[in-house]
Amino acid sequence: MPFIPHTENDIKEMLATIGVDHIDALFDEIPSELRCGELDAIPPGMPEMEVSRLMQMRARADGQPLCFIGAGAYDHHIPAAVWELTTRGEFYTAYTPYQAEASQGTLQLLYEYQSMMTALTGMDVSNASLYDGASALAEAVLMAVRGNRKSKSKRILLPRNLHPTYRRVVHTIVRNQQIELVEVGYDRVTGSIDHAELERYSGEDFAALVIPQPNFFGILEAVDELTNWAHDNGMLAIAVVNPMAMAILRPAGEWGDLGADICCGEGQPLGAPVSSGGPYFGFLCSTDKLVRQMPGRIIGKTVDLDGKIGYALTLQAREQHIRRSKATSNICTNQGLMVTAATIHMTLMGGEGLQRVAAASHANTGKLTQALTSLPGVETVFKGAVFHEQVLRLPIEVTKALRALAAHNVLGGFDLSDDYPELGDAVLVCATELRNEDDIENYRGKLERVIQSQVQTPCQLKPDW
Amino acid sequence: MIYEHSRVGRRAMAQAPSEKVEMAGIPDAMLRASQPPLPEVSEMQAVRHFTRLSQKNFSIDTQFYPLGSCTMKYNPRACNTLASLPGMLSRHPLAPDTHSQGFMACLYELQDILKIVTGMHAVSLTPAAGAQGEFAGVAMIRAYHDARGDKERSEILVPDAAHGTNPASAVMCGYKAREIPTGSDGDIDIEALKSALGPQTAGIMLTNPSTVGVFERRIKEIAELVHAAGGLLYYDGANLNAILGKVRPGDMGFDVIHMNLHKTFSTPHGGGGPGAGPVGVSKRLEPYLPIPMVDFDGNDYRWLTEQDRPDSIGRLSAFAGNAGVLIRAYIYARLLGREGMHRVSEYSTLNANYLLKRLMEAGFDAAYPERRASHEFILTLKKQAKELGVNTMDFAKRLLDYGVHAPTTYFPLLVPECLLVEPTETEAKEDLDRFVEIMQTIKQEAESQPEMVKQAPHTMPVRRLDDVRAARELDLAWKPGA
Ligand SMILES: Cc1ncc(COP(=O)(O)O)c(C=O)c1O
Repeated sequence: MPFIPHTENDIKEMLATIGVDHIDALFDEIPSELRCGELDAIPPGMPEMEVSRLMQMRARADGQPLCFIGAGAYDHHIPAAVWELTTRGEFYTAYTPYQAEASQGTLQLLYEYQSMMTALTGMDVSNASLYDGASALAEAVLMAVRGNRKSKSKRILLPRNLHPTYRRVVHTIVRNQQIELVEVGYDRVTGSIDHAELERYSGEDFAALVIPQPNFFGILEAVDELTNWAHDNGMLAIAVVNPMAMAILRPAGEWGDLGADICCGEGQPLGAPVSSGGPYFGFLCSTDKLVRQMPGRIIGKTVDLDGKIGYALTLQAREQHIRRSKATSNICTNQGLMVTAATIHMTLMGGEGLQRVAAASHANTGKLTQALTSLPGVETVFKGAVFHEQVLRLPIEVTKALRALAAHNVLGGFDLSDDYPELGDAVLVCATELRNEDDIENYRGKLERVIQSQVQTPCQLKPDW
Repeated sequence: MIYEHSRVGRRAMAQAPSEKVEMAGIPDAMLRASQPPLPEVSEMQAVRHFTRLSQKNFSIDTQFYPLGSCTMKYNPRACNTLASLPGMLSRHPLAPDTHSQGFMACLYELQDILKIVTGMHAVSLTPAAGAQGEFAGVAMIRAYHDARGDKERSEILVPDAAHGTNPASAVMCGYKAREIPTGSDGDIDIEALKSALGPQTAGIMLTNPSTVGVFERRIKEIAELVHAAGGLLYYDGANLNAILGKVRPGDMGFDVIHMNLHKTFSTPHGGGGPGAGPVGVSKRLEPYLPIPMVDFDGNDYRWLTEQDRPDSIGRLSAFAGNAGVLIRAYIYARLLGREGMHRVSEYSTLNANYLLKRLMEAGFDAAYPERRASHEFILTLKKQAKELGVNTMDFAKRLLDYGVHAPTTYFPLLVPECLLVEPTETEAKEDLDRFVEIMQTIKQEAESQPEMVKQAPHTMPVRRLDDVRAARELDLAWKPGA
């Protein structure tokens, strides 16, 4: 039997020991009227080779198009050693390190992860992961409401140029706790947070201001000014950052006079393939002061009975298995394996390697922007400096243009027309270090043809999409 | 520590782009003054370091790991290999539907399989783990009551044996969590339940088989009582392994459930995650399911989003949850097929009952000796703790010396000195027999040399750790110069 080692003889002996005749007798406490029959609607089991054939087919069906979408998931090179090591059975098939003495591998690795994340973000402490970037921001918001002693309100300032799905996720997760999310607009020229609009809230009671770096448009925010403004108004500053950008930009812990209070984000650029959106991991770092408000696992260094260094889960009185309804969060299983990959990834890349990747991605997006804006009618929408994404306006309907490109196996970027209709036919593009000049030229050429054909024969092409 | 191998200027040179280009167009003031202090090591040093770290772990691949409530069964290698095909890993989450049909077909079929095995009307795969599934489930209960204008309901009932995530999830949804005691037979105390139910009851969260490892026999009556009070029933699917193909939560009267695919569908546990916690609902809760979900019109698969589901509780993650975990669960389900699912519950239950019987014969006390074990069972070492001064923690630590991961200890909280043992269906009889022998040996050691047992483990990379110091003198990150 697949994955079940029992022989006929084993079964006979085991039943005899238990004192029943057949396996089904072991379910005699389930009221018979509740018992279900066969699961006929589920297909019968398949041998590995057949499942393998099926999955090969499914994987091939999706093409492997040339992709210029970022929008929260970034295709970076992952050194071969990362997943070779991560999928070792000793990492892959262990669980939460409850028995510290038999889990020093995972525990020390998580301590090293926490060390690297604080190095990257410039914050004091890091937890051992949350589900993803969006849910990490929701947890950061809850943490800020608990942790800001000066604020009596449960109000949060959330900029509109933050990832639209992050805004939705935060809403889903915090709404039942009477937390109010107040949106702050963006400057239509620079693409960054509208400081004049922000100023209107000066002196009002908010628990925190959320500061994205870069923001959803790829634009860099004036993080020092924003952080100081938040602190001057009694708010905590929550940084939402791309960890790859942290390799090259000033880290959240150094923003303004005092640094951000909480720094969270999507860990995917650190060793996780884009893989349909997950598994990734959310990271959450903070100042020392807020550590007792943190959700999730935290690993601490300590010593054993002989004074030998060892690592253990710590500050567990924050967590659901100890505090139950009074815990800082309900999270239990986190994204351990992804953090394992991230730790190995950061080790292999080092500070220099991450900086090279960040700089190459920045440069490639610059080249892509240049190539595409050389086409008549294609222009950048915002003036602000970017990290590795750029908003472009097209001279044709963006949704149709992207569909046409996709038909030619180019994913041309993220269509902004649903979330930001005020921007017109705008698309968010990204070229990481993996998109080379040929790829960029490929995109440019295809977009040129799409624009030409749409401008000339707009209706005729419609049914083909 | 990896940082101990670090030397300025040493790098794993093969990994990054070969040159560092300028950051054109970014003001200097925005740039980092110096490189982030990450380790600088060679590729081999990194590989050796992390390989050695891995060797300090217990895992399913290396040890018997009967951690109750966690379902530590064998994780078939095919699930990882096939979920890691290049086409799977390279698909961008925002790729258009035209370039997602293969992926979406897998998710759609998984939704169907989970509907069938749970008897629920509809399934959303998006929650990232059990606790996020609980959050989604309770949020749906809330959305349901709110939509009916039934706004006075303020409490979620949870058994005292419930997992900590249950009350914590209820609170995250703005409810008070109220505990219901467990009776001496392991079933819920029905009289206490009756007196707790009222117009303030939004719902109840139950695990069945419960976290004490027995089937809640009066589930039908409980469902009727809760429904009569206007509340809904939430099923914590952590123990689904016990009943796959035997009884379905939908048929027991549950309105909403979550499953832990990292347990029942073996996707693995990854040293603490990632998991996946899909939710299933009865018809009346369908409009509230979290998005996105996958729909199929007979030709094409497409995402169900805000437009299709305006009453949805919303999104729980930036994309579609832990997609790669869902793909692993799908592959596992196809390998097992329907007959394999029946086998899961049959052999996990056979193993648990066999192991319990043998341990009882060896002189250990079951917490509920009159009851049939489900896929797991509880021992109580009260007697050993009292007579020998050797408690559950000591037994657990000594087990490590014998190369067995300890069962879950001190959970559920209501059974004193408890060990929650879940052998799973993938362990062979001789491995269960060996566990019995080890437990017997430890019992003898506890009698003849209790101090030695109390000092265990003796053969691990470290001895018992100073948890008080860890919490008091917080050291949570290596800092340069430290
Ligand atoms: C009974 C029970 N409920 C809920 C959970 C929470 O699931 P997760 O850890 O996937 O969030 C667990 C497991 O950890 C559990 O054992």
